[in-house]
Amino acid sequence: MDIATHPAEHRDAHPTGLLRWLTTTNHKEIGTLYLSFSLLMFFVGGLMILAVRAELFQPGLQLMRPEFFNQLIGVHALVMIFAALMPAATGFANWMIPLMIGAPDMALPRLNNWGFWLLPPAALLLTLPFILAAFGVGSGAIDTGWTFYAPLSIQGGMGIDFAIFAVHLLGISSIMGSINIIATIFNLRAPEMSLMKMPLFVWGWLITAFLLIATIPVLAGAVTMLLTDRHFGTHFFKAAGGGDPILFQHLFWFFGHPEVYILLLPVWGLIPHVLSAFSRKPIYGYRAQVWSFVAIGVLSVVVWAHHFFTAGMPVPALIYFMFSTMSISLPLAVLFFCWLATMWRGSMTFETPMLFATGFIVLFGIAGLTGLVLADVAADAQYHHSYFVVAHFHYALFAGGIMGVMAGVYYWLPKWTGRMYSETVGRWHFWLTVVSFNLTFMPQFFLGLAGMPRRIPDYALQFAEFNAISTVGAFILGFSQLLFAWNVIRCMRGQGDKAEARAWEGAEGLEWELPSPPPHHTWEIQPEVK
Amino acid sequence: MSPDTTPAPAGSIPVRRLVFRLLLVVAASFAFGWAMVPFYDVLCRVTGLNGKTPGFQPGGLAGAATPLSAVDRSRTVTVEFTGTVMPGLPWDMRPLTPSLDLHPGELQQVKYLVRNTSDRPIVGQAIPSVSPGQAAQHFQKLDCFCFRQQTLAPGESREMALTFIVKPEIDPEIHQITLSYAFYNVEEPRREAR
Repeated sequence: MDIATHPAEHRDAHPTGLLRWLTTTNHKEIGTLYLSFSLLMFFVGGLMILAVRAELFQPGLQLMRPEFFNQLIGVHALVMIFAALMPAATGFANWMIPLMIGAPDMALPRLNNWGFWLLPPAALLLTLPFILAAFGVGSGAIDTGWTFYAPLSIQGGMGIDFAIFAVHLLGISSIMGSINIIATIFNLRAPEMSLMKMPLFVWGWLITAFLLIATIPVLAGAVTMLLTDRHFGTHFFKAAGGGDPILFQHLFWFFGHPEVYILLLPVWGLIPHVLSAFSRKPIYGYRAQVWSFVAIGVLSVVVWAHHFFTAGMPVPALIYFMFSTMSISLPLAVLFFCWLATMWRGSMTFETPMLFATGFIVLFGIAGLTGLVLADVAADAQYHHSYFVVAHFHYALFAGGIMGVMAGVYYWLPKWTGRMYSETVGRWHFWLTVVSFNLTFMPQFFLGLAGMPRRIPDYALQFAEFNAISTVGAFILGFSQLLFAWNVIRCMRGQGDKAEARAWEGAEGLEWELPSPPPHHTWEIQPEVK
Repeated sequence: MSPDTTPAPAGSIPVRRLVFRLLLVVAASFAFGWAMVPFYDVLCRVTGLNGKTPGFQPGGLAGAATPLSAVDRSRTVTVEFTGTVMPGLPWDMRPLTPSLDLHPGELQQVKYLVRNTSDRPIVGQAIPSVSPGQAAQHFQKLDCFCFRQQTLAPGESREMALTFIVKPEIDPEIHQITLSYAFYNVEEPRREAR
């Protein structure tokens, strides 16, 4: 709630070194912190899953105990969702929302600082049990998968308590970030910028922020109940005392399904900007896309039970959740149509951001279509908890989430750093990523159809070939991300060609009217919006 | 110009009030999560979702059992009995009548044989579940060992009885009902420092 009220002459005086980053309230610096943290955790989560894929390279147990395998997959998911993808989106919001709406900073700069600095302790809480276990303390990290399902999570070791507290911290951070973003969007827009003139990226984040403040507290409540079940003798999820483990699934997925759209809406917001810039055409269907965002936001909180169709539900409930889930494909189809129509008959060029944006459309389309299969109650009985699900949500969250984020990073990196990344390395990064991504996850669809279950360190012999292919793909995918890190770090160090204010000739929006990189304080006089 | 002196867009409310309202949303959704607990319990009891049978508490719905209705001899329902002893309870359990054909409305009694295989007295609690869930609300227990905690001495065996009626209002499409018990150790098993 603190609003910057420093006298004007002190505004550019800031501490140097570490203290500068610990105390910064500048939206650009906090955005950089979020994005750098996200990149680091992307590699941490990636290393974990490479260890998993190495174990799955051949049938049998070669490298690790099953308990450790279970810990790796659970922490991989929590790290990638809460410490890589969400902070990346928040980093974008911090950097871009004030620039795009003509605001001098975020509305609540000190809250912004706090929101970021809760993340490193949370990441430490998630990974510390691994280190403690190496020294013989405790049994390692959370081993229930990222979903904390009771009663398994009631029985597990102290890694689960660490994960519960990490989720509390991450949740508080997300809520503070969301409140800040909503306040910024509602109160600091340039005077002439009505809501329906806002850039689509800002719209995507507005819906995300509302979803976060509506659903994260439910997750916080659910894991708190879990904590009291574990240590204080309550019976929320313990059947022995009249509780119900299925209730946990309802509470978890009431948060968990909107979370998917929390991760994806900022990406759906930024993709049209990239498509429009490299097609040299205005965004097609602005209003339709805005209302699709709103529709998806509303629908996302009423479909949660499709994540556990097989847990036992009355038939009318199954049918309701099936049809409501499928109805999400309607606004999504509108978005796909608008993306394609934006490119239609444009003067398209394929620089790296555009490559990632078009790759995103194709691969995210596969995620959507396989999602429709999973939404079908009858089909889901076979696919539930199989590798088909794993492949589906990696098409949604890697291709739909991370590749979309990369499109955005390449698009705005010249603006942030004032330097052009290496186009050659960027293209290598894209093609290696897209090929190895499909090499990794396409076989998993077939593994799932053939009946290979998730979260198991060993498998039957007939799954060996597809698993070997998937592991080879995963290692290429993992190591090709080093090209991305190289490109980003090179720009951050001020190497590479100087970027112009309008780094891309077709780019539209207020952010391109500022120099690259923008000065420490921007839009102190708010811009005129036509 | 710092953010607080920036002219706000038309129609916007002061930041302080906006943040307060957003915090109210956060508080409301936190409360919503906790309110789901009793709400879900009531929903399950009313609809039989998750196989929760009415009359779980003695003197509750069971005490005020609906008057015995006429026996519907025109159809037969098969009731199957099963039981699981949960980890942490060194007991054996098996139904003496694994399966029973009955007419809806008939008063029936079945027994489970439960034995304490350990050398110490233990208190257990059985938790019932009826499948399919739609049948649960028509599965009326008049008396059940699951209404009370059960204490077994070391090595003791006991027949534990269940008296029930399948009410004639049950859906005619249901021909088979499964009643399952999960026996839990009431004393909190000490969590090993794994």
